[in-house]
Amino acid sequence: MSETTLNKATTRRAEGSPRRLSGRHAPRLDRDQRKLLIAAGFIAPALIMYAAFVLVPLGMSLFYSTLRWDGIGRWRFVGLRNYLIVLTDPDLLQVIGNAFNLILYFTLIPIALGLAVATVIRGHMAGPFGTVTRTVLFLPQVIPLVAAGIAWSWMFASTGLVNQMLTAVGLGSLARGWLGDFTFALPAVGMIGAWVLLGLCTMLLVTGIAKIDGSIYEAAELDGANKWQELIYITIPALRQEIGVCVTITVIAALASFDIVYIATAGGPGISTMVPGLEIYRLAFAHRQVGLASALAIVLMLLVLLCVLPIQWFARPKR
Amino acid sequence: MIESKGNALVARAMLIALMAVTLLPFLSMLSAALAPSGSYPAGLQWPSDPQWGNFVKAFEVANMTKLLWSSSLIVGGVVPVSVLIATMAGYGLSRIDKGRGKWLYLIFVLGLTLPLEAVITPLYYETKALGILNTRMALILPLIGLFMPFSVYWMRAHFLNVPQELGEAAEVDGASDWKQFWLIQLPIARPAIMSLSILLFLWTWNQFLLPVVLVQDPEQRTMAGALGAFQGQWGTDVPLLCAGALLILTPTLILFLVFQRQFVAALLQGSVKG
Repeated sequence: MSETTLNKATTRRAEGSPRRLSGRHAPRLDRDQRKLLIAAGFIAPALIMYAAFVLVPLGMSLFYSTLRWDGIGRWRFVGLRNYLIVLTDPDLLQVIGNAFNLILYFTLIPIALGLAVATVIRGHMAGPFGTVTRTVLFLPQVIPLVAAGIAWSWMFASTGLVNQMLTAVGLGSLARGWLGDFTFALPAVGMIGAWVLLGLCTMLLVTGIAKIDGSIYEAAELDGANKWQELIYITIPALRQEIGVCVTITVIAALASFDIVYIATAGGPGISTMVPGLEIYRLAFAHRQVGLASALAIVLMLLVLLCVLPIQWFARPKR
Repeated sequence: MIESKGNALVARAMLIALMAVTLLPFLSMLSAALAPSGSYPAGLQWPSDPQWGNFVKAFEVANMTKLLWSSSLIVGGVVPVSVLIATMAGYGLSRIDKGRGKWLYLIFVLGLTLPLEAVITPLYYETKALGILNTRMALILPLIGLFMPFSVYWMRAHFLNVPQELGEAAEVDGASDWKQFWLIQLPIARPAIMSLSILLFLWTWNQFLLPVVLVQDPEQRTMAGALGAFQGQWGTDVPLLCAGALLILTPTLILFLVFQRQFVAALLQGSVKG
């Protein structure tokens, strides 16, 4: 062992390496270590910013979640009590339930409609018509969610377009102030999310379906498969990855929603449209219950992970 | 043949219906924005006497010139720095993909699904402790950090597809690591960097929760954050609110229409990778 080290040292000196042997340890780094060190240099700035404004706050959230603290005065350590409250308080459970309820609208509607459109279109998206369609369908992705919230608050208002259209087709008796209605406010908020995500999901699925080899469908038709069977046995399996992406994006958008609800209903009426994101904000900054807000924040983070990881696993590409 | 033609027609009809649903809220806002200020207009109805002056009024009330300036400063502070350090990190991570460095990448990926709400409370106390609460820095610094998981993930995916030989050839030529990155890797990464810049621009411009929590003064906020304040102040005046909302989304709309192809490509790729 020591002999080899010695040998190396002599070789180096013989080579006339400019690297000076200072101190006890100055063995030349082997190739791997050098590579790692250089890579670390490239990674460091990003890692520092990420650590400072994501990892450290996340650690602080964890710490806060074990406190009883009004954000100004002295704090008291309460262990897991805040988590116990989050998981047992009926109001907070309803708030979490609302978020899952929103998944129905944010996820199911865009994907179902997107799949329907994609199967019918299957490649008819070329030319200027295709460009116009793409541009229009992407509009909701480009504008701030806040603007979508304002637009739809107006659509759902008592004098808004939704009621105007209902009256026009003779369903005027159904007209109401949708966002102020205990039964319909949450579905209405859900429809706003569906509107925002519809174009993106449709375009993702249309792009995906264009990659499927058309001869598979021809073969299936020769074998007497109907449209429904084609959808179940060809399209959906082939689009597994794209559907996975749509589900992931929409589920996160539903669980972590904030902007739309803040603008459209502020959680009301009552707490019928309150979602965890808005409740965290309200608890921490209006009610000064920083500990409880942080516990809810950690629970929300875990819920998102719990929902997203299985989706990723199901949708992983087959190798 | 006949069947496929029928299909094409159905497809076209469906797409037109989808587009109509997408556009209706905008049209409804426009029709309301043109009604007399303070009135209660109907959902969709071309006003007999369109009040284009509402836009002028909203422009003044919302202080649009200042808002545009503020948003541009924030975007200018966030996007170039984020893109640069994420590109460096993506490059660095791609070079230690096989080996001990892999866990570093996993640390970044961890942040991909993190909801902003999970860190918003500590960010308030952190920016307060740093003395930047209520300034644009309170948005710029956290946003850079929050964008890192996606940006690094995105750039690493690009560099993994660049053939290794390229770097090795440069090494033989004696190029230093920094030179190699700057002169060889960066130019090839241009398309990936472009898409990333577009996405980060959109996410910064439209960011809402951070400005609402961290910046009191609407004139130091992003466009979206300012729109929130505008709604709080003018929420009862539907025509003015709609005019303001339309004004505030105009800048992105113009950019989007000009760079339509790049935006659509970036959004599609961005979601597939994210």
